[in-house]
Amino acid sequence: MAKAAAKKTTSATSPSVDRRPALAGRAVSATGVKVEVLPPAERISLRAPEASVAALSKALGLTLPKKPKTSASKAGRTALWLGPDEWLVIDEGGNDPLADCATVTALHSAVGISHRNIAISVAGPAAEATVNSGCPQDLSLDAFPVGAASRTILGKAEIVLLRTANDAFHVECWRSFSDYVFTFLSEGARDAAG
Amino acid sequence: MLLIRCPYCEEERPELEFRNAGEAHIARSANIAGESDDDFEKFFFIRSNPKGIIYERWRHMHGCARFFNAVRDTVTDKFVMTYKAGEPKPAKLPGVAK
Repeated sequence: MAKAAAKKTTSATSPSVDRRPALAGRAVSATGVKVEVLPPAERISLRAPEASVAALSKALGLTLPKKPKTSASKAGRTALWLGPDEWLVIDEGGNDPLADCATVTALHSAVGISHRNIAISVAGPAAEATVNSGCPQDLSLDAFPVGAASRTILGKAEIVLLRTANDAFHVECWRSFSDYVFTFLSEGARDAAG
Repeated sequence: MLLIRCPYCEEERPELEFRNAGEAHIARSANIAGESDDDFEKFFFIRSNPKGIIYERWRHMHGCARFFNAVRDTVTDKFVMTYKAGEPKPAKLPGVAK
């Protein structure tokens, strides 16, 4: 999918086929928290049985986490445990994880979803309160430590939440939900600050 | 808000992440075309709807997305226990007198 998209961009002359990320560059700052749309990244949705995990880990260059609500990160690439046989792999370093998986012969399903998701960073001392304004999970450091990742909900939209630091979260949502999620987090940020 | 234990995520999660998926342990016939109308009606429409303990399928929709089974009391709305899909009905329920 990524390969096809790249080919299209080089052969086309019209700028209308250029990638236009949703909400690019938008950011809202409130006292103690900043909500910011992150630049585009490469992402895949990975499904694989237990027997293929070792081969896929080797190809991706990081160990796919097997424990619920955990993630693994190495050299700009993060694998988030979403389900017993399901991972979300995000590459912010410009390398394509889909191409790495293509070399694996073990049974697996890797689907490019780079354009389906957008990422929002929520950072600052009030980040936890901001995300909790719409997310019902316990986000205290005991229950949701740094590196913890989970698919959950924010208001009415499904998100994938990753804690990147004590006071920073990475929120992934579908592109079509991005306006709702960003506005929700912006309102939450103002409430958390006040 | 209710907290429901997901057997795959191995922890209690808020009910907003879950969806009910009807009664559990209803086996589909291997020869569904050969079923009589009466048997098909029983399989497809008739549910036990008890007052008290019920065995249900639930899905951790906005979490690991897996289906699992739960034992719930329809009177108190309390979850007695949850277990993975495909596992047999628990022989003994914790905290239930009978």
